[in-house]
Amino acid sequence: MAVPQLAAPPAVSPGGVRRKRRSYRAWQFVGPFMIVFALVFLAPIAYSIYLSLYRNRLIGGNAFVGLDNYRQALEDSQFWSAVGRVGLFLVVQVPIMLFLALLVALALDSGRLYGKSFFRVTIFLPYAVPAVVAALMWGFIYGSQFGLVGNLNDSLGWSLPDPLKPSLILASIGNIVTWEFIGYNMLIFYSALQVVPKSLYESAAIDGAGQFRIIRSIKLPAIRGALVIATIFSIIGSFQLFNEPAILRNLAPNAITTYFTPNFYAYSLTFSGQQFNYSAAVAVVMAVITMIVAYVVQLRGTKELG
Amino acid sequence: MTTTTVEPTVAKGRPPVTLSSKKRRKGSITLTVLTSLMALYALVPLAWLLINSTKTQDGLFSSFGLWFDDGPFALFSNIADTFTYDDGIFTRWLGNTLLYVVAGAGGATFLAVLAGYGLAKFDFVGKKAVFAIVIGAVAVPPTALAVPTFLMFSKMGLTNTPWAVIIPSLISPFGLYLMWTFAAQAIPTEMLEAARVDGASEFRTFFRLSVPLLAPGIVTTLLFTMVATMNNYFLPLIMLKDPDWYPLTVGLNAWNAQAATAGGEAVFNLVITGSLVTIVLLLGAFLLLQRYWQSGLAAGAVKE
Repeated sequence: MAVPQLAAPPAVSPGGVRRKRRSYRAWQFVGPFMIVFALVFLAPIAYSIYLSLYRNRLIGGNAFVGLDNYRQALEDSQFWSAVGRVGLFLVVQVPIMLFLALLVALALDSGRLYGKSFFRVTIFLPYAVPAVVAALMWGFIYGSQFGLVGNLNDSLGWSLPDPLKPSLILASIGNIVTWEFIGYNMLIFYSALQVVPKSLYESAAIDGAGQFRIIRSIKLPAIRGALVIATIFSIIGSFQLFNEPAILRNLAPNAITTYFTPNFYAYSLTFSGQQFNYSAAVAVVMAVITMIVAYVVQLRGTKELG
Repeated sequence: MTTTTVEPTVAKGRPPVTLSSKKRRKGSITLTVLTSLMALYALVPLAWLLINSTKTQDGLFSSFGLWFDDGPFALFSNIADTFTYDDGIFTRWLGNTLLYVVAGAGGATFLAVLAGYGLAKFDFVGKKAVFAIVIGAVAVPPTALAVPTFLMFSKMGLTNTPWAVIIPSLISPFGLYLMWTFAAQAIPTEMLEAARVDGASEFRTFFRLSVPLLAPGIVTTLLFTMVATMNNYFLPLIMLKDPDWYPLTVGLNAWNAQAATAGGEAVFNLVITGSLVTIVLLLGAFLLLQRYWQSGLAAGAVKE
């Protein structure tokens, strides 16, 4: 906001008036976004909270019940098993995915890779595949009918376990999500790495620092912001897992229950159970949990920075 | 697959840049091989899809997944069948997807560009509130919003119409963030001041001077909103009942699920070919515009 030499403010007007005129101009640009934002973000959130405070009774119709729906949700073992499942998913899948993405980004950035642009594009490709198509495709590959796992067992005499059985289904879904998002996270890390001044590496090398030392002491701290952002996006993504289990359910109806993930549970409650009010309470609880976890990660990520 | 892809790049090698340090670091074979494993992981499922789109429904069951079938080469007949099966509903879904992508992603990009520019280049009353509200709402998972949005829209009579899919797609908080950081550095404040001195209206300045400078950021935002709109499954799934309004994602899964229903015909070859067609369209857009979105993303990362 430095005042340039040529373009001095046109008139000497009192700051307040000028700021108000500016506000009017700015709202011409920001206004349309905020109007739609209010309709598709703020209104549903408010409506959700409203719904969650009521219950539809057979006798008496729609009645205000205060926090009863929340009390029910907190004692609902199906809901907590769903939360536990995405929690496990989060703790295992997210670190693996981000670690692999980081490795590839560091490899690309090292300048020691042959065919760098080939790898950058190839590893990013899966991100451009819609999640539904990815889940369908991996579902076929996992499947026993004409899937690759069955093929390998038949033709090579292996005995790979069925990826769709209940004990493995979460890992199989984790594999699909990892496949989809390694490239996206890699690109975030790689873009951040590119901005680090190369002269830092050179002076570190002169001081006798090896590659791993440079990575640990210069590169990783430099891209901490990108790491935090990617972690938060991944946490939000894990908590709202829906597409992959919903699609694999055709293949593995017994392994994937109607309360497999919190999101799937809210969906089943609304559309199979017609329990709109309780479903709204579940959605609100889940949103609060997501916000708390994302906030804690952000706080920790930025605190260590200082 | 690895050998064919690695060879030509090895032959090319690195262009000899002499400007830098005296001892140029050489490429590492080990690193390249390890990265190739990741590339292989990314490519094998896509190769599986491509290979299996050349098989008939029977061929799928009788042949090895990662190799071609002895039977007829069915890629072209599969493509033809995909587009004509069930009175050509796939074409209808493709058209719907295009409509949702053009209106949804186009509209989302337009709103994000305007708002990002406004936030980056104006100091105004309420700016902090806008920031706080948007950041706060981003933490709410969009799918948690979908059910209340459905209930709201059904009261408004919007469900089972294209509007139910398009309107919620119009907001992309990530797009806003991207345009905000991009506009902050791509547009010199001096230029805007000069235009104001010359008496140009804000919108004229925006469209004539700022939009061209924002182009890489706009393309990046457009691509990410396109992916988000095409990826959308949950929203259209709950909003739409009539298959005539389905996008490709919901439609393809309906074809896939059809095999499991009583009396339903198994059309796995069409699901596979339809998936391939869907991917090819999106990949085409990505590869064509590669140069723009990569520079846009790099610029977006500077701010962090």
